[in-house]
Amino acid sequence: MIRNSVSTLALTAFLATPAIAQEVWVSNERDATISVIDVTSMEVVETIQVGARPRGLMFSHDYKVAYLCASDDSTIQVIDVETREILHNLPSGENPETFALHPDNRHIWISNEDDNITSVLDVEDRRIVAQIPVGVEPEGKAINRAGTIAITTSETTNMAHWIDTESFEIFHNSLVGSRPRHAEFTSDDARLFVSAEIGGGLHVFDTETFEELAEIRFEIPDVHPHDVQPVGFKLTEDMSRVYVALGPANRIAVVDAQTYEVLGYHQVGRRVWHMAMSQDETKLFTTNGVSGDVTIIDLVRGEPVKTVKVGRFPWGAAYRPADS
Amino acid sequence: MTQTPLITPTLLTSFLATGALASIDVPIAYLEMEVERPPVLTNLDPVPDDLGRMGAQLGLADNATTGGFMGHNYTLNDSVVPLGEDWLDAARAVLADHRIVVVNAPADALLALADLPEAEGALIFNARAEEEALREVDCRTNVLHTMPSYAMRADALMQFLVSRRWGDLVMITGQREADMAFAQALRDSASKFGARIRAEREWDMSSDMRRNIGQEFPVFTQDFPSHHVMLVADEAGDFGPFLEFNAWEPRPVAGSAGARPDAWSDRVEAYGAAQLQLRFKRLADRPMGALDYAAWAAVRSVGEAVTRLNTADAGDIRDYILGDAFELAAFKGAAITYRDWNGQMRQPMPVATRTALVAMTPMPGFLHQSNTLDTLGRDRPETACTAFD
Repeated sequence: MIRNSVSTLALTAFLATPAIAQEVWVSNERDATISVIDVTSMEVVETIQVGARPRGLMFSHDYKVAYLCASDDSTIQVIDVETREILHNLPSGENPETFALHPDNRHIWISNEDDNITSVLDVEDRRIVAQIPVGVEPEGKAINRAGTIAITTSETTNMAHWIDTESFEIFHNSLVGSRPRHAEFTSDDARLFVSAEIGGGLHVFDTETFEELAEIRFEIPDVHPHDVQPVGFKLTEDMSRVYVALGPANRIAVVDAQTYEVLGYHQVGRRVWHMAMSQDETKLFTTNGVSGDVTIIDLVRGEPVKTVKVGRFPWGAAYRPADS
Repeated sequence: MTQTPLITPTLLTSFLATGALASIDVPIAYLEMEVERPPVLTNLDPVPDDLGRMGAQLGLADNATTGGFMGHNYTLNDSVVPLGEDWLDAARAVLADHRIVVVNAPADALLALADLPEAEGALIFNARAEEEALREVDCRTNVLHTMPSYAMRADALMQFLVSRRWGDLVMITGQREADMAFAQALRDSASKFGARIRAEREWDMSSDMRRNIGQEFPVFTQDFPSHHVMLVADEAGDFGPFLEFNAWEPRPVAGSAGARPDAWSDRVEAYGAAQLQLRFKRLADRPMGALDYAAWAAVRSVGEAVTRLNTADAGDIRDYILGDAFELAAFKGAAITYRDWNGQMRQPMPVATRTALVAMTPMPGFLHQSNTLDTLGRDRPETACTAFD
């Protein structure tokens, strides 16, 4: 009796304040779901049914909607952040794997993995405005803050393609190690980082000269070099750190993004792929593909604090701040 | 895909963006010898006529995309030498204008080709023959092997069985040359990894087929000692597929049938393999086989070397492939490299049934001082190949 009335009260209280707490959304590739993790309680609070083989996942710059690559449905799904409902499906070209949102909050650059194409989607007109042939198995996507350069990495071609966002032309190709998976610009747009999964390194390029500034390598005691496979990574806003997911090494590397020195490693779940970082940069959430969980790392304390079970083969992760 | 605007103009400009590079032609030949296939018990699974060739074609397509950005122009001249036609004449003709040749032919034909004067300085890939001798006493410096040897396949399976603590085995072998070669590799491997083949029996095809398989095999296997797994060496897929559920003891079958170790299986999907499988299916309209994979890996190895070296010289490509800098992402979870003592491609190997992947080998825990992939097959200290020294 008492318990009943309490939960009713709690429910009404919740309904009265629709504001959403800080959340991390995780796409589960083999479950066709998104797990919603409440950052404060560090629990999965909701599971959203989505399209087939969900992978790339991100929020719009205003955090009103989430975009999801439903790869095997060949669509980008738009999900309302508050109601968790799928609002509509956007054209994406075939088998979208990852994407990046232009600073204009309107154009999404998509990697069409099976067609060797980068598609540019206008989310307002809901149409593809350009398709650019790139290398085999395009994957990593990044757009600089100025909105002038889009990067596509091609996994089998082993290149980062530099694309002019106005003319849609490739104006440079940078060869990198085998199977480049992810790319990110530093917040000042001066440098580009590219991870090479089989090559085992993290490449750093000067965005003015295209010169390779460094290739960061990882040596972990008791881990075979074959298992050191950099995939996703995150740069901090002040460009002091880059956190790198090392796949089957089951580690996150902490790297000084200025000196390129590897400062240490955090043990996480099995086959870590991607990650999301809280806005205040105190917490990191890693998707551990094989173990089907998310490791939460407290970056202030410098240690993992919790493992949260999610769906099968968690792939992408995205953070949203609390509604103000 | 409903809208494809801009493809043609953008494709053009993306090539022009790197147009300042001098263009390099990379002609590759794929040469296949047609072989007579033995009759087998079932004709439900005919061997595709283009097995191997389609793998080379996919490798070409993968190379060509990269080549478009690099100014490298790849071509593949594929030809099949029909039964009864002169193999070496065809080989000479191909070698006259190709310095890189992917060969799909039995071991003796491959060796004869490699020993032609015209083959000196050429780079030849063996995408088919699994014979140990080609990597050992008969190794040739102008031949690299993308197909794993019988020993590598046997080791892959044995590592899996030993990991499961299923070390008590019996074996049924066919009478063909390949069956005997694979059976010998399984014996060697069992002794290498500490498993026991407690009994062997030869299936001599003379059984009374007036009775059906369900009556024949239980009797044939009735007096085997107790065992965990029944090995079968039946490389043509003749009787092996019928063993499971028809033996006296209800034990899993592994080897040529059942859980099969191979260079590739269409059941592999991790490590990005789903994309490779899909690309292949689109091209060939059938699943990708081990021979396709070996031919694909050969053409891709050339592509990877040309991309990094910016040359089409066969000697430079060979040296680069055998060197420390080479690595190929090949959808099996670890970078592909080549053994510099005999030209064999190192590779993880799937053990798979027809319906699912069982394990990707090498199995965890099989350690090696320099490269765990060298736990599969003969290692450097054991090699009888001296030509590469």
